[in-house]
Amino acid sequence: METNFIHPSLILIIGALLLPLVKEPFRKIYLCVVPLVTFLNVLYLNWHPGTYGVVTFMGDWTLTFGRVDNLSMIFAFIMSLMAIIGTVYGLHVKDDVQHIAAWFYVSGSLGVIYSGDYLVLFLFWELMAFASTFLIWFNKDAGSLAAGYRYLLVHTFGGVLLLLGFVLRYQTTGDLSFVQLDEQNTQLFTWLIMAGLMLNAAVPPLHSWLPDAYSKATVTGAVFMCAFTTKTAVYTLARAFAGFEILIVLGVIMAIYGIIYAMMENDIRRLLGWEIVSQVGYMVAGVGIGTALAINGTCAHAFAHILYKGLLFMAAGAVIHATGKSKFTDLGGLYRKMPNTLFFLVIGGISVSAFPFFSGFVSKSMIITASFESHLMVAGFLLTMVSIGTFLVAGLRLPYLIFFGDDRCSQETKDAAVDPPWNMHMAMAAAAFLCLLIGSYLPFLYNMLPYQEATYHPYSGYHLSETLQILAFTAVAFIFLKDKLGARPTISLDLDWFYRLGGRGFLWLATNPIQWLDTAWGTAYRVVGLYTLMTTAKFSAWFDWHGIDGVVDGSAGCVKAIGQRVALVFQRGHIQQTIYYSITFAAILLISYVWL
Amino acid sequence: MIVNLIDYLKERLRTVKLLSGIAVAIMVVWTVVGVDTHHAHTWMEAHIPGFWSIFTLLSCIVLIFFVRWFGKSGIMTREDYYGD
Repeated sequence: METNFIHPSLILIIGALLLPLVKEPFRKIYLCVVPLVTFLNVLYLNWHPGTYGVVTFMGDWTLTFGRVDNLSMIFAFIMSLMAIIGTVYGLHVKDDVQHIAAWFYVSGSLGVIYSGDYLVLFLFWELMAFASTFLIWFNKDAGSLAAGYRYLLVHTFGGVLLLLGFVLRYQTTGDLSFVQLDEQNTQLFTWLIMAGLMLNAAVPPLHSWLPDAYSKATVTGAVFMCAFTTKTAVYTLARAFAGFEILIVLGVIMAIYGIIYAMMENDIRRLLGWEIVSQVGYMVAGVGIGTALAINGTCAHAFAHILYKGLLFMAAGAVIHATGKSKFTDLGGLYRKMPNTLFFLVIGGISVSAFPFFSGFVSKSMIITASFESHLMVAGFLLTMVSIGTFLVAGLRLPYLIFFGDDRCSQETKDAAVDPPWNMHMAMAAAAFLCLLIGSYLPFLYNMLPYQEATYHPYSGYHLSETLQILAFTAVAFIFLKDKLGARPTISLDLDWFYRLGGRGFLWLATNPIQWLDTAWGTAYRVVGLYTLMTTAKFSAWFDWHGIDGVVDGSAGCVKAIGQRVALVFQRGHIQQTIYYSITFAAILLISYVWL
Repeated sequence: MIVNLIDYLKERLRTVKLLSGIAVAIMVVWTVVGVDTHHAHTWMEAHIPGFWSIFTLLSCIVLIFFVRWFGKSGIMTREDYYGD
């Protein structure tokens, strides 16, 4: 059967461009229909795997826009599904450009997932970075503009690393196709490409942009951002770097690093950002392990993660949307005011903490099991420890500090705190339902995994007992030690210190030595340059006055004198004589023209 | 509904704590006696009773105290550190 290939990104891009033309009452319907059509298109493509959209570019480059295979299918599915949920969550936003930026961002992600070569990948990669920057800039809070610039600069740096990598690879191998790289024969370009992709996955030391940017984005923008950039990067790592052992080490470091910073954090969305770093650490480690089960686990965890992290960001966004506060030190004891938000936050929290029957239980354990099966005991135990930390932070600390415990709210915060509008409720309910569905009805997720031959059964007695012990005793430890994890009005220094203070150093350089040089240059210019210029100008004025004007005035005087003489001879006031002279002159001209 | 449930439980905090404690105890007994540790990943899990309970408590203590020490070592700093 002939398959009609329409790139899902194209639908979103055209839909975004037409959005300003659509007015209420059709606008809300339109906002739902465009991502829905994109999702249906992705479903259609998932039923017809193959390679589409292959075009020849500038003679000898082959670009592939549509590689639909086992790995891209599951990622495209969850990305387009999240686009619907995210758009419904932001349905109340009147500002068209926010929706346009979000849709361009999603189309970038889908484009990367379906791309078959580095040129197309790079095109959509940059589209993602560029579009998502606007999701930060649209936030009116103090610091968002600067955070957006930092985000853009860091991602431009990552993009340049990626570009350098694949151009070097093209020079060496003459190949642009985006496929698994050879671990045995690594070269400079391998590491450059890996670093470029890892920056988007927020792998330390290239991770600081994530909590920085996500905490400064708009409420709805953060819901989009938490899903797409890192998980698209995980997809690209799984595509090109499966089985690279360094990723196991980096992934485990990342998981621990993220959870430690999340435990210290005072800002809700920064905490969730650190949680992303930690959870993506599992996925990066899974890519590094590289076995069929580990890659399945990575895909499953990315799938589950997008939904529960989206849910957590949506619930956190609902709190910020209502109260305008994002710090634990300004919140607390709000459960009476926002009970539904509490409910959804807890669903997200217990999904990320791997409660039985929720999504984390069936996805995270796959990666941990894969590491034990590959005899990576240390990695397995450390990842389990992080999973304990995850429950401490997202399942207990987060809801406790917002909704229970000491009331640190001001009177305005308390008055403003209400459950969010209906569209936010709907989006959160959909994500919560999917978290439950994934955890309770295994075929929904497991039938989409890339390696169907690698089977995994999460609901074994042993796994249940292990999980219940972990959850119960983490809760016990939290009850006794929760004061140590209380709300503190601090920020935590991280590796962004280097470029933030590096930036300040550059500013100092600019304001001091470079400014001095500029001033000195300005003075020198005034003294030497301006004097010379004035002297030259004076000379040319004199020359103009006396030389050129003299010539012009002289010739003008001459013409005037001749004219007067001529007029005295010819213009005596007799019309006949004037006509006679004129006609004679014309006749002489005519005759000379004919004969000569 | 949710608010009522939470308030109901809060009023009976002592009972809730007691019941939770009993539930945890039953769970631990079940894991020691009733669970087949045949599929355990490592020797330790199969031979130390309640291995994951001990592991969890130790992990929590290590994590929380490390974070307190790490934060106090200068990582946690004032909010206007970067001047914004």
